[in-house]
Amino acid sequence: MAKIYIFKRFERFWHWSQALLIITMGVSGFEIHGTFAWLGYDTAQYVHTTAAWMLIWLWLFAIFWHFTTGEWRQYIPTTEKLVAMMKYYLTGIFVHAPHPFKQTRLSKHNPLQRLAYLFVQVVINPTIWISGLLYMYYSDWAEWGLGGLDLALVAFVHLAAAFMMVIFLIVHIYFGTTGHTPMSHFKAMITGYEDTEE
Amino acid sequence: MMNVILQTKNRLAVFMGAVGLAIGLAASPAPAATANSTADHSKFDELKGPFTSGPEVTKACLACHTEASKQIHKTKHWNWSVVNPATGRDLGKKNIINNFCGSVVSNEPRCTSCHIGYGWKDDEYDFASQENVDCLVCHDTTTKYRKFPAGAGHPAYKPTEWPPGSGRFMQPANLSEVAQSVGPTTRRNCGICHFLGGGGNAVKHGDLDMSLLNPGPYLDVHMSPDKLNFTCSNCHGGDNHLVKGSRYSMKAKDLSGIDVPGRTDGSRASCESCHGMTPHPEESNPKLNEHTDRLACPTCHIPAFARGGYATKMWWDWSTAGKLTPEGKPLKIHNDKGLEIYSGMKGDFAWGDHVVPEYRWFDGNVKYTLFGDKVTGEETVSINKYGGGPDDPNSRIWPFKVMRGKQPYDKGLQTLAVVHTFGKDDSAYWRNYDWDKALEAGMKAAGSEYSGQMGFVDTEMAWPITHMVAPKEDAVECVSCHNQNSRLKDVPGVYIPGRDRFGMLDTLAWIAAALTLLGVAGHGAIRILMNRKEG
Repeated sequence: MAKIYIFKRFERFWHWSQALLIITMGVSGFEIHGTFAWLGYDTAQYVHTTAAWMLIWLWLFAIFWHFTTGEWRQYIPTTEKLVAMMKYYLTGIFVHAPHPFKQTRLSKHNPLQRLAYLFVQVVINPTIWISGLLYMYYSDWAEWGLGGLDLALVAFVHLAAAFMMVIFLIVHIYFGTTGHTPMSHFKAMITGYEDTEE
Repeated sequence: MMNVILQTKNRLAVFMGAVGLAIGLAASPAPAATANSTADHSKFDELKGPFTSGPEVTKACLACHTEASKQIHKTKHWNWSVVNPATGRDLGKKNIINNFCGSVVSNEPRCTSCHIGYGWKDDEYDFASQENVDCLVCHDTTTKYRKFPAGAGHPAYKPTEWPPGSGRFMQPANLSEVAQSVGPTTRRNCGICHFLGGGGNAVKHGDLDMSLLNPGPYLDVHMSPDKLNFTCSNCHGGDNHLVKGSRYSMKAKDLSGIDVPGRTDGSRASCESCHGMTPHPEESNPKLNEHTDRLACPTCHIPAFARGGYATKMWWDWSTAGKLTPEGKPLKIHNDKGLEIYSGMKGDFAWGDHVVPEYRWFDGNVKYTLFGDKVTGEETVSINKYGGGPDDPNSRIWPFKVMRGKQPYDKGLQTLAVVHTFGKDDSAYWRNYDWDKALEAGMKAAGSEYSGQMGFVDTEMAWPITHMVAPKEDAVECVSCHNQNSRLKDVPGVYIPGRDRFGMLDTLAWIAAALTLLGVAGHGAIRILMNRKEG
């Protein structure tokens, strides 16, 4: 068993602050939607808007980081070992079959992860981001020449993307337990070091 | 040493001065209404009287204020007629039928006890008469001047019993004393008619009643003597006796900006004319100012009406009127709060206080159901229909008191009925309690002929709520509208977060999330089980 340094400091900071902000946005967002009452509507709205701006700033930094470090390549989709990964999660994992994917610094994510994170980054995030900003600037639509836009439609898209994020979060947290030990991936995301089967 | 004594003396002097000032402030009388005027009317020989009638006083006023009556002659207060600029139809008190007392026509001497003139007792009234303008009802500062309730606008000139048979007498005011004490209008001057509309205190508007004579800040931040102590004319005042701000043609959204003299329409009868369209301070939640395009200010800032301690009438059912006591007097029933809930003269009533308004889109245009407009009797008649909707950028959501009731209509002519309720003649409803006779006389006075068949129809009348503006701490909270049991639950055409759901998406998405959770839980369970087997 060896340890390799996979997740750099900024990456870990990005991951956990993003996690915190997304959960905050989810909780406050569903309160705004009327799913439950906890913070109070106006507090929820304030928290939601504030967290949104923080998340947007974080994203801008993260995008900058991904391009300057070339880390964006980690999300280029591949079919190599894709089927093998699926098979592993459907059967192999139960009988401790060897993991088909070998994690390296140049390739941190298995092909399923690549697809999932790419989907978050190019579908869910932009959808939430664009619909959310439109939602926030509802009063300015006419000025922007978007007078024909329907708030209910924007809200629908925003909510649909939020639900996708909820489902992603459930799956993501669960797959976090599929490492060498149930906690090893979580530890790696904190320390940066991942166990490998060498 | 000398220095110390001096200092002590100085301190004492300062202290004594402060005490003196405090005593002086406390003892100083409230400034007279005429304090700012350059004329002391008590010094004018013309006003010494003695006067035996209202018109005599007016003649004395006109000797100096030569144009006053001519100005009044152009106002709604005088003509009780308002042409709706949008429809060209002639509205105003003289023309409409409401669902309180009905209509002015054929009942003049009672209704016109709130006319700004003297002697409008029938349809022969001379609207060109200058001396028939009543200056005192608006400019009296003694509070002693009252029009007699059935005097066609005149005050009582000798002790007169009211209500008839009650044994209580209205005393005549000393007209020369009143004439010498005139001043700018006060809340009481306006309130004596506008607070008592519909037959008594608080009955009609819901947001105007006697509690506004001396309101606490909680009741009205503008009119409270503890705050701005506004009179009605601070907002409604205008030049040439033209009072601003009418329900008949309102500005549902005043985009002319804060009213700088000379630059805008010169009316301060909208909230926006002082507060503008972005009234909330910079440091407040930006969403507040972003609501002003779709919400009228009172929608949030008047959380309820009839908040001053007096209930307002919410329901008036004329169809049950006519029950008399064994002595032949109209039956009266009061509830445990002392509110009249049945009157043999008028029917059944329901009252409300601290009433949450109903909310509707409004663009400023009002369409009335006038005499002659078709009423089938099958559906509820909107006495006044408020225009506007979600797709019109000039419409906003406004709060309303919605007065509901049942009132007489002519089944044959299919129109709301003009009923002759008040009068000394045999046909007046309050004499003989005979609907047919009362309708025949009323319809005749309106220039029509009663078909002989009458019924009662459900009606509703909406009154925009604009007064009783609460302090900002008491404004309606966000969650009051942004929740599933929203204050705005009946307002169509707008997506309101927290109020509105997407039935399918909400259900399917939660099912999908639950299935996902179940899936990963199952996967995890199998992993644990297999581990144990191996172990």
